Amino acid sequence: MSKLSLIIKREYLTRVTKKSFIIGTLLAPLGLLVYMLVIVGLTKYESGSEIKVAVLDEGGMVKQIPDDKGVRFIPSGGKNLEQLKAEVSEKKLDGVLQIPPLGSFQKKEHTIFFYSDAKLAPEKSNVIERKIAKKIREYKIDSLGLDPSKLEMLDTEIAIDPEKITGTGEDDSKYTAGVGLAIGGIMAFIMFFMVTMYGAMVMRSVMEEKTNRIVEVMMSSVRPFELMLGKIIGAGAVGLTQVLAWIILSGAVFLIVPFFVGGVDPAQMQAPVAVGDAPQIDPEQMEGEAFRFMTEIGKQNWPLIIFSFIIFFLGGYFIYSSLFAAIGSAMGDDMGEGQSLTLPVMIPIILAFYITAFAGMRNPDSGLMVFASLFPLFSPIVMPFRMAFNPPMWQIILSLVLVVAAAFFFVWLAGRIYRVGILLYGKKVTFKEIGKWMFYRG
Amino acid sequence: MILSIQNVVKTYGNYTAVDHVSFDVQKGSVFGLLGPNGAGKTSLIRMITTITGPDSGAIFLDGEKLNERSPEKIGYMPEERGLYKKMKVGEQLLYLAQLKGLSKAAAQKEIDHWLTKFDIKDWWSKKIEDLSKGMQQKIQFIATIVHKPRLLILDEPFTGLDPINTNLIKDEIRQLNEAGISIIFSTHRMEQVEEMCDHIALINHGKNVLYGEVQSIKNQYKQNLYRVEWQGDLPADFGQHFSITQQENHAVTVKLHDEGESNKMLSHLIQKGVRITHFEEILPTFNEIFIRTVEGERHTVSN
Repeated sequence: MSKLSLIIKREYLTRVTKKSFIIGTLLAPLGLLVYMLVIVGLTKYESGSEIKVAVLDEGGMVKQIPDDKGVRFIPSGGKNLEQLKAEVSEKKLDGVLQIPPLGSFQKKEHTIFFYSDAKLAPEKSNVIERKIAKKIREYKIDSLGLDPSKLEMLDTEIAIDPEKITGTGEDDSKYTAGVGLAIGGIMAFIMFFMVTMYGAMVMRSVMEEKTNRIVEVMMSSVRPFELMLGKIIGAGAVGLTQVLAWIILSGAVFLIVPFFVGGVDPAQMQAPVAVGDAPQIDPEQMEGEAFRFMTEIGKQNWPLIIFSFIIFFLGGYFIYSSLFAAIGSAMGDDMGEGQSLTLPVMIPIILAFYITAFAGMRNPDSGLMVFASLFPLFSPIVMPFRMAFNPPMWQIILSLVLVVAAAFFFVWLAGRIYRVGILLYGKKVTFKEIGKWMFYRG
Repeated sequence: MILSIQNVVKTYGNYTAVDHVSFDVQKGSVFGLLGPNGAGKTSLIRMITTITGPDSGAIFLDGEKLNERSPEKIGYMPEERGLYKKMKVGEQLLYLAQLKGLSKAAAQKEIDHWLTKFDIKDWWSKKIEDLSKGMQQKIQFIATIVHKPRLLILDEPFTGLDPINTNLIKDEIRQLNEAGISIIFSTHRMEQVEEMCDHIALINHGKNVLYGEVQSIKNQYKQNLYRVEWQGDLPADFGQHFSITQQENHAVTVKLHDEGESNKMLSHLIQKGVRITHFEEILPTFNEIFIRTVEGERHTVSN
């Protein structure tokens, strides 16, 4: 076995067999499972508790209101406000809703009163407001003698469908942006997560060897470059193992959850988020949306996306973890002093993330995005995002070439820093010195 | 000749760590590499162990210029040493032996041999962090020699060892040396140099300032000092004939002009009827030689 593969094997096995790794790998999907069960439980709980509200309709505007989402509307039945309040005190009712007459139709706002000692939950408050507003609208239509069917004709939903003037028959729809955001977002997140978590792991492991004083023993057997590269590859393999385990286990969680809760209604899952005044999406329309979404996903050039994602992923990982390795080699025994050294490595990652999040969402083809998707320190995060929006092929190829070249360059550069830093003890290191190390002879 | 250092130079930026150093280490020799802190010893050792390369000059191991196979012939125990704390003793030794080019089976065999020899076979699956410092040093020593190196480089090998373990490792070093392994021994402990080494090189300010056989260096540095003990009275005029540097009851230390004068002094005393009980030539200790050389260097540098 070659020395490099021996090092990779050790780096991989010692980490994968660690208790903390096994626990972390198993616990994260378990946490997801618990989280989902809690969410489902909460939505069920909320809809379970019902309140009874008496409606004192002083203006005679609302008539009977159908019950909705845990609110039962009870007509006042001739009782006055004081009588109803008394019933609330006797716990026969949860509250009294007093609706004063509207007065003028010009009024855009109308205040109604809710009498209760208990606090009205925001969800219930929303339901009541929406119901009353709808009833008053109907009352206004009726009083003004308008034709409801004609009024409905006024509403038109507008959807922009982008059509290319030149190019192939493949045509973007309004879903392209959504799918692009989803794919790009996921890829950017995985990149960010892997680079920061496993890059930092490489850094810690380099520091550990230095503080353990084993590094000089190792250096007399292997070249510093081999040790550094073995570490980077080993930690990367650990990261891939963990991500893969998470994907498989999370898939299992998504399959298991319905068994626990006896089937989850997706509309119900969204309930806490969608309370506001969002119009209810009718199921048929939703199916249509899902279908169009799926076709859009199918329309993506998946072989190209997957191929380039792997390249960007490896490129980004090698660039950043080698920088972290170099920083780790320069650090002393004191972890604290390293913070100032890691910051310059973190800044480009965070910048790339921000560029994607702000500039990318607004216009994925802006000048800044084109630059960021070519610049190798940003491109592993930015380009996968842009790829969902069909950038010119030459930019994809150029970006891939640049990221691979940069990966080789940074691994080489880090190796030059590492070989000096790793053997240097008891000295606080500045960036100026690190710069000098690059030019030392072997 | 196991090792030949030829005009080696190593600079870091503007700083010259090793400045045109040359010396040879004979096969089977125990060679002392001496020098004050920061003299360039570690820089030199790192070049011999191929951790770094010289800027100019050349290093030959067993007649071959250093190459990527050289580390397999060298066992190096650095002063800054350690082991992977979380790893088990057996795994650790297997890993380090395989990195030195041993096959897994051969490594296993050697490790078994050494663990049995040190009577610590049941340590195989103990974690390094659970061992005492002295125990760790034993494992470190096994890791250094497990691949049967031709040249063993030991940098302060006895620090952190109690007298019993020091003797144990010393014995092992002697046995290895008798089996034909050459040893470079770097230390500040001059009594160990006198005890163990046959040749030395003294490095100061990156230069080789003293190099040769231990006994001849001692002779070279001797000041013709002799110590005489007697019974009875010393002749009254003794001090007029010979210069006394130190006088005690029934003992003097005398500085003579040359070696031939010692017999003259003895016959002078015998003629006067003094009963001599003890006579010896005082050779300088390595401690003195070390200090004189390094201090002398400082003088010439500051002048």
